[in-house]
Amino acid sequence: MNNSGPRYKRSQLEKRLNTDVLWCVALLIVMCLTASVGHGLWLNNFKDAGFQVDGETSPALAGFYVFWTMIIVLQVLIPISLYVSIEIVKLGQIYFIHNDLDFYNEQQDSRIQCRALNITEDLGQIQFLFSDKTGTLTENKMVFCRCSIYGVEYPHVENARRLQVYEAEQNEAAGRTVTLKSACSGKSLSCRSLSCNHSSVSLHTLTAESLEEDQLSGHAAVRTGAFCSRMAKDVVPDPELVRKLSCLSSSALHLKGSSSASLSGLELTYITDFFLALAICNSVVVSSPSQPRHMVPEARAPLKSLEEMKLMFQRLSFYSFSPLQIKGSPRSFTSKLFTRGKTSSFTFNTPPNNSTDGSDPALECSQDTCKLKTKVDLPDRGDREDSAAMSSGEDLESLMEIKADGVKQNLEGMGGDEESEEDIDDELLYEAESPDEAALVHAARAYHCTLRGRSAESLLVDLPGIGSLVVQLLHILPFDSNRKRMSVVVRHPVTGQVVVYTKGADSVIMDLAETQKGSEQAQEIYSHIREQTQKHLDTYAREGLRTLCIAKKVLEEEEYEVWLKRQLLAESSIENQEELLLDSAQRLETDLTLLGCTGIVDRLQEDVPETIEALQEAGVKVWILTGDKQETAINIANACKLLRSSDRLLSANCGSRDACGALLEELLSEVQHEEEREESSLDSTSSFILVIDGRTLEWALQEELKGSFLELSCKCKAVICCRSTPLQKSKVVQLIRDKIGVMTLAVGDGANDVSMIQVADVGIGISGQEGMQAVMSSDFAISRFKHLKKLLLVHGHWCYHRLANMILYFIYKNVMYVNLLFWYQFFCGYSGSVMINAWVLILFNLVFTSVPPLIYGILDQDTPADTLMKLPELYGASRTTKVYIPFMFWINMLDAFYQSLVCFFLPYFALAGSDAGTLSFGSPINTSALFIILLHQVIESNTLTWIHMLVLVLSAALYFGFVQLYSAFCVACSHPTNLFGVETLQITQPLFYIICTLTTVAALLPRILFRALFNSLHSSAPLRSAQRDEVAAERYRQRMKLWNLKHSGASSPQVHADNPGLEPIEDEVVS
Amino acid sequence: MGKAKDKSGPLARRPDNSAFKQQRLPAWSPMLTANTVLPFFYLLALICMLLGVWLLLTVQSTQEIKLDYTELGNCDQCFQLRKNVSYAAQTCSCKVEFSIDRAFKGDVFFYYGLKNFHQNLRRYMDSRDDEQTLGRNNKLKNPSSYCEPFAKDAEGVPIAPCGAVANSMFNDSFTLTYHPSRSRTIPVPLLRKGLTWYTDKNVKFRNPKTDNLTLAAAFEGTRQPLYWQKPVYDLDPDNPTNNGFINEDLIIWMREAAFPNFKKLYGILNRADASFTKGLPKGNYTIDISYNFPVQYFQGRKVVVLTTLTWFGGQNHFLPIAYLVTSSLILLMAVVLTLAWWKFGKDGKNMKE
Repeated sequence: MNNSGPRYKRSQLEKRLNTDVLWCVALLIVMCLTASVGHGLWLNNFKDAGFQVDGETSPALAGFYVFWTMIIVLQVLIPISLYVSIEIVKLGQIYFIHNDLDFYNEQQDSRIQCRALNITEDLGQIQFLFSDKTGTLTENKMVFCRCSIYGVEYPHVENARRLQVYEAEQNEAAGRTVTLKSACSGKSLSCRSLSCNHSSVSLHTLTAESLEEDQLSGHAAVRTGAFCSRMAKDVVPDPELVRKLSCLSSSALHLKGSSSASLSGLELTYITDFFLALAICNSVVVSSPSQPRHMVPEARAPLKSLEEMKLMFQRLSFYSFSPLQIKGSPRSFTSKLFTRGKTSSFTFNTPPNNSTDGSDPALECSQDTCKLKTKVDLPDRGDREDSAAMSSGEDLESLMEIKADGVKQNLEGMGGDEESEEDIDDELLYEAESPDEAALVHAARAYHCTLRGRSAESLLVDLPGIGSLVVQLLHILPFDSNRKRMSVVVRHPVTGQVVVYTKGADSVIMDLAETQKGSEQAQEIYSHIREQTQKHLDTYAREGLRTLCIAKKVLEEEEYEVWLKRQLLAESSIENQEELLLDSAQRLETDLTLLGCTGIVDRLQEDVPETIEALQEAGVKVWILTGDKQETAINIANACKLLRSSDRLLSANCGSRDACGALLEELLSEVQHEEEREESSLDSTSSFILVIDGRTLEWALQEELKGSFLELSCKCKAVICCRSTPLQKSKVVQLIRDKIGVMTLAVGDGANDVSMIQVADVGIGISGQEGMQAVMSSDFAISRFKHLKKLLLVHGHWCYHRLANMILYFIYKNVMYVNLLFWYQFFCGYSGSVMINAWVLILFNLVFTSVPPLIYGILDQDTPADTLMKLPELYGASRTTKVYIPFMFWINMLDAFYQSLVCFFLPYFALAGSDAGTLSFGSPINTSALFIILLHQVIESNTLTWIHMLVLVLSAALYFGFVQLYSAFCVACSHPTNLFGVETLQITQPLFYIICTLTTVAALLPRILFRALFNSLHSSAPLRSAQRDEVAAERYRQRMKLWNLKHSGASSPQVHADNPGLEPIEDEVVS
Repeated sequence: MGKAKDKSGPLARRPDNSAFKQQRLPAWSPMLTANTVLPFFYLLALICMLLGVWLLLTVQSTQEIKLDYTELGNCDQCFQLRKNVSYAAQTCSCKVEFSIDRAFKGDVFFYYGLKNFHQNLRRYMDSRDDEQTLGRNNKLKNPSSYCEPFAKDAEGVPIAPCGAVANSMFNDSFTLTYHPSRSRTIPVPLLRKGLTWYTDKNVKFRNPKTDNLTLAAAFEGTRQPLYWQKPVYDLDPDNPTNNGFINEDLIIWMREAAFPNFKKLYGILNRADASFTKGLPKGNYTIDISYNFPVQYFQGRKVVVLTTLTWFGGQNHFLPIAYLVTSSLILLMAVVLTLAWWKFGKDGKNMKE
């Protein structure tokens, strides 16, 4: 299994704390033993002294008793309350993390979820970050980007531009919407001039929407269903494709022909089938706010009679629905290929051999615009915008014409006019299993091939120019990872044929679509389509798009019957059902006709490069562990700046273990060699990125090769593991965690990241598109990758510092207070008596000094948040110079001992030989201890807010209030240490104040001195460098001013002043 | 959190943008640098110096005389006598002589002191019953078990006041005599009243309700502690209102001293007497001691102390010296810090500008 079950995560700090608590136990035992032995020896000197109560007890036994008495008296030294306090502090830290506005995602209306309450401080110690790719670095919001049908690429320029606009918007601050608006409108204006009106209309609505999104922020999120971001929904159709599709509708409308249509019937059927496949070959559930899901809405009356449509399709089907008939393909086809200049050997000799009359609209269409087409296609390869402009111009023409014909439907259908469409279409919500599916359905909808409803047996689909159709659904062969494809078997609504539509990974579909029966010419056309499509697929992959291929197959009735029998048999069989089903599916999915392919973009989340850069500056090594292909992984690594142009890529792909071992050695020696070279040449510009694939990783993770893999990966700046399984991911994390012994953080969003998240010291789930598994197993769940930056750099840093300081303070507090009682033992015959009232003793730790450390642990900020964000180095610095190290522990212990000595012996010498009673002696000691402990915290605090002040004052006030009331009213309480009258008398005596002042001042002096010396002589290097930068910039500005005065009238100085490119020179001057 | 629930709509879960929740509360940062600490240090040094000097001057004006009378003069005999428990009942008195070079001005306090007597032992401090001495009738004859083994005697008669503290009460008595000349003697009048804390005398220690009976009747059915020679209702033969649990010697003894070497107030010079209105004049004095309290069991010493007090207590040289030392330490630190700041810190200061 990939899941290893949940692991109890305990923070490093707590482990370290445990050893220190053991030290406290040791100290306690030493103290108790001292008292015990001391009491035994002391008792030896006396016989029948007046103060001896149990004269007959032997000194040894009395010593033994005293040991246990002392354990009880000094038990505060064991900071049991510390564990409770730590939990409370962590809860407070979690509260603030949870409430951080920067972790709020308006689109999803989600905050950060803190699921683990006990590892907040580990966020400040991360050294390795393992990240998933899809959905973590990227949006996992699939947006239809471009497609290729019939071997023709439709670049969707407008759509790409729209995506850029979205990105630009997201980068802009919300406050700058006004400038954005103008920019957008400017863009849309230019669009208008470039292309047809409908695309500019959609851009207009887009900008309007984006503004609305900014203002209402998130209303859209409520309205959209799963995987239905606005981004995915609004696909701007490619004008070229729209034009071709409009041929279909116009041809349907005007059977007598139209002058604007310009493409072959075959291509047209390809396109229609392609979009029909996009719309129905999926498991998308349609619902709308008004209608319950799973219901096929009543088919609206088709715009044309069914007969009419049938007629049309029959005409079309001469080319389309049987591949055998393809020999009658029109010459527009060939001419088109010819104009592309790639198949010049292709002959024109085939006459337009169609059996129907010459008035076939599609044919006419193509003939008429043959010349135009050439014009369009030639520049298409060079400059697409021109082509778009031209074709759109033409499209406009056709539109005008159609309008003139008074067919309103066409306008609505083709224009991509959202306003008129909104009332019908926007009610539809698509709920898809995967984001890819949703993207494709939305893409089909943009071309008015709209999936309207779904039931068990049928689908309701709108087709452009036709209207609503009921498609009889015969079978769904769902997606599985072995076949890497899914298919639907439907009865075609128009032709009535049984058609299989298959959608799947490029490699699989291309293989299945290999063989093609038919005439030589048809084969040639087909192989050309294949060739082109493959070319486009490669282009898409290089651009980092996710590719899918769409294919179809027409089944003869008998063929279908045969298959159906087997399928039913497979479905009903009990044994080997899975295998039989697979077999059956594979039998069906053969001899496919390739329709085209789609490219879906999975955009990088916003601020990912910045976040990764900051984390790397902070000394966190970022690894990407993904199941994706190597090319895609490298592409994303490039995009998120993990990979820079100067970096050297080491790829490890090999087939066997021995090869893998050799390869690792080779790479290692290469890296070492390079390092040596760099050391000698002193320019360390390039660093190494290791790219390793799943199979090689499997070998590398084996026991024998682990060592060299570790060594190699540690020398690299980053490691990218592609094609890795969930188990491998967790193994990699485990390897790093256990062998290097560093804090690891794993971030992922899908079920395949669960094991990695569980293994890592800190597991972070991204609540995104892929369900809740990752979130459920994570310690923190965020909604965007960029949140990691603040979570680690600010909250991680703070949490660690706060908790570490709080623990140190807590231990100091206990040791200091308990030692006061211990010193007294030297003056009371080691008998375990105390000079402080029992209740005060209990409440001192529990009430009077318990809240300030909590507040300190929750609210203290050693460095302001913006500084931490600006200087990621601080994160690394605080990790290397840890706060909570044995040295600091012992320094604090030492200080605690010093303070307790002062706090005890100053009052002792002041009162020695006087008539002071035990409690009168304890009173100034306790009071000064309180002040010392509280003021010590003030010194240690980095920030003091009114909350700190309030708590400190309240703590002191509570102590005085309690003690005064207790000694005023409780006449015979707390038997041996009856406080009655003591404190009320003490506060009237000047001696009390004199002692307390002296004690407090003397006890705190060393720490104040140390702090002052430390702060004035030593400030952390990054902070100082930041200051220096500021100074440098300031000096530079001044110098530039001077320079300006001298060279007034020279080139505009402001530009230079703002030019960061000049800064390095200045830096040299300064340093 | 309650507010968050009331909210609805698309931003229901948006955290409040309050300074507290976003950790942007205005904060004072106690960044202790030389710049901020130095003035504070100098000021503190000055204050401590002044206070130290003031205390020193005050202490200089006090006078104190301490006499260890354990084996002094003819008390040696009594000391030897007390070594043997069998002679505990025998009375023994001795006389100590001393002289005062300078007159004690103002109120003079007469203390007795013990050395190496641990009143602060845990078991010893436990062994008392505050409710019995509070005069609660039910507790009088039924002392708390804390008092064991001094709660009841061998016959089971309850002891009042019970416990080890009361049992071990100091029972020497002193008479101070002034010798202005060789022949003339004036007894120095000591006030044996008003020595205790007001709260002790009037609240914490009360006699059992007498109901018009004599004090002796009220204490009937109890017996005196084993080491005592007199019952509790007969402690002060001179002043009948100073008997029982409210006897001031008892009250003072019952407030356990913090350290093994301590002194307890025995009396205050009664300046109503014509010869002592200004305090104790210089000259020769004798103290007649009724030597009862045995100290050899714990290698203890017994002293008497005559002293005048200041506003902050008895003669105490430690506090002024401690203040002066602290003051000079602070000054030293301030100087070190100034030097450090001068040498290194100034760069940092320049950088910020």
